[in-house]
Amino acid sequence: MRTWLRQHRGAFTRAVHKLLAQRAATLLNALVIGVALSLPAGGYALLANLQGVAQRFTFEPQVSVFLKPEAKRAELEARLRADRRVAALRFVSRDEALAELRVAEGLADVVAALERNPLPDAFVVRAADGGAAALEGLAGTLRALPGVANVQVDSAWAERLAALARIGRLALAALAVLLATGLVAVTFNTIRLQILTQREEIEVSQLLGATDAFVRRPFFYLGLLQGLAGGVLALAILWAGLAVLNAGVRDLAQAYGSSFQLVFLPGRDALAVVAFAALLGWLGALLSVSKYLR
Amino acid sequence: MISFSAVSKRYPGGQEALAGISFSLAAGELAFVTGHSGAGKSTLLKLIAAIERPTAGSVVVNGQNVGALKRGAVPYLRRNLGLVFQDHKLLYDRSVFDNVMLPLSFGTLAPRDAARRVRAALDKVGLLARERANPIQLSGGEQQRLAIARAVVNRPAVLVADEPTANLDAESAARIVDILLSFNQVGVTLVLATHDEALVARHGRRVLQLAAGRLARA
Repeated sequence: MRTWLRQHRGAFTRAVHKLLAQRAATLLNALVIGVALSLPAGGYALLANLQGVAQRFTFEPQVSVFLKPEAKRAELEARLRADRRVAALRFVSRDEALAELRVAEGLADVVAALERNPLPDAFVVRAADGGAAALEGLAGTLRALPGVANVQVDSAWAERLAALARIGRLALAALAVLLATGLVAVTFNTIRLQILTQREEIEVSQLLGATDAFVRRPFFYLGLLQGLAGGVLALAILWAGLAVLNAGVRDLAQAYGSSFQLVFLPGRDALAVVAFAALLGWLGALLSVSKYLR
Repeated sequence: MISFSAVSKRYPGGQEALAGISFSLAAGELAFVTGHSGAGKSTLLKLIAAIERPTAGSVVVNGQNVGALKRGAVPYLRRNLGLVFQDHKLLYDRSVFDNVMLPLSFGTLAPRDAARRVRAALDKVGLLARERANPIQLSGGEQQRLAIARAVVNRPAVLVADEPTANLDAESAARIVDILLSFNQVGVTLVLATHDEALVARHGRRVLQLAAGRLARA
């Protein structure tokens, strides 16, 4: 065990020395990996921020039923409760609605400027079936009820946003796969060149009794470290990119009375990016070593 | 220790380097492998070290059938052999000390013991004072002595040397042969390929003479 650890330490040290000895090439390779990885990582961060915004709003299949001023609330409530498509019901008076609006971000000034409460009483209906057709069917029925001024299916926009986010995630996944393949190719070629430049040392070592594992180990560390450096650079690029974007986002958000800011990836996701980059580097090394060190 | 039984070796392309070679060497024995260029001397040595595999017959070294060895077992066979090549096969990007350390870095020896072993081997070939030098700074004879130190640092039971005195002046060649023979005198089996008839005549005991891939004298 001690020998095995010593050999790993030796291989790791040799790989570090090799990278340091070729600083410019190492930096360029890491930069290629970093730039390529920062694209899907940046997309992921933007999507996560978008989802954060969307999650502030409800995704439940809700229908808002706005009442006419002369509507008979009790009668309407009884009819709504009798409908089996209605899972839950909540009455929101016009005063409550105005109070909610007052605390909503960026609308306090607007509400304060109002001379009278323009909002109607409303029922917020949670539908038993969240499907688009079922919601539209329910909304049609509710519109026909006496005393109903307007009916609004609240979840439609949220569903559209969620669908867009799903498409975004798929596009990001495809981009990530494409770029990951590119990164593996970059590492593959770097390790191939290293193998060629160390051909003599490899040959002599094998003649003197080095096992395949001993010969291959430094190249695995080389790929791993290169990927790791690329992953760290990708995070640095992403951090800098978000900082630049945030300057613009801040102005836009302030215009809407919001303090919204794009946030960096959570620690666990940032670690995952670095680990993924290291894994890709290792994979590139594995493929290269398998091909050129038979 | 080393046994060839009806060994043939045909390289891809049809060239037959060895045909029907049979001989045995006991532990501690010294044998010169002689013959003209292309006679098959290098091929015979490569078969001992499993650098090449026989096309037919069996090669047994240290009780192991070299032809049947799996790839993963070959390094362990080679660690029990000391190999000296005509072109030295030294690494010129590291010191004399590190060149000799190389075979020990694969093994299980602790670094301090390994360093002691390296210095002992360098001392044996008279290069201890040059341990920090780069091999490129050494003369041809010194480089070959360095290659011998590297070959013996693992304390192998068998030493295989392929034309170790080629391209050396008479004095350097004599010193190389003396060093190799000194290992044989302490029980190391020595197989030495050479086309130097005078050398064989001077030291020759067992001579394996090859001619066109066949054993003309054993």
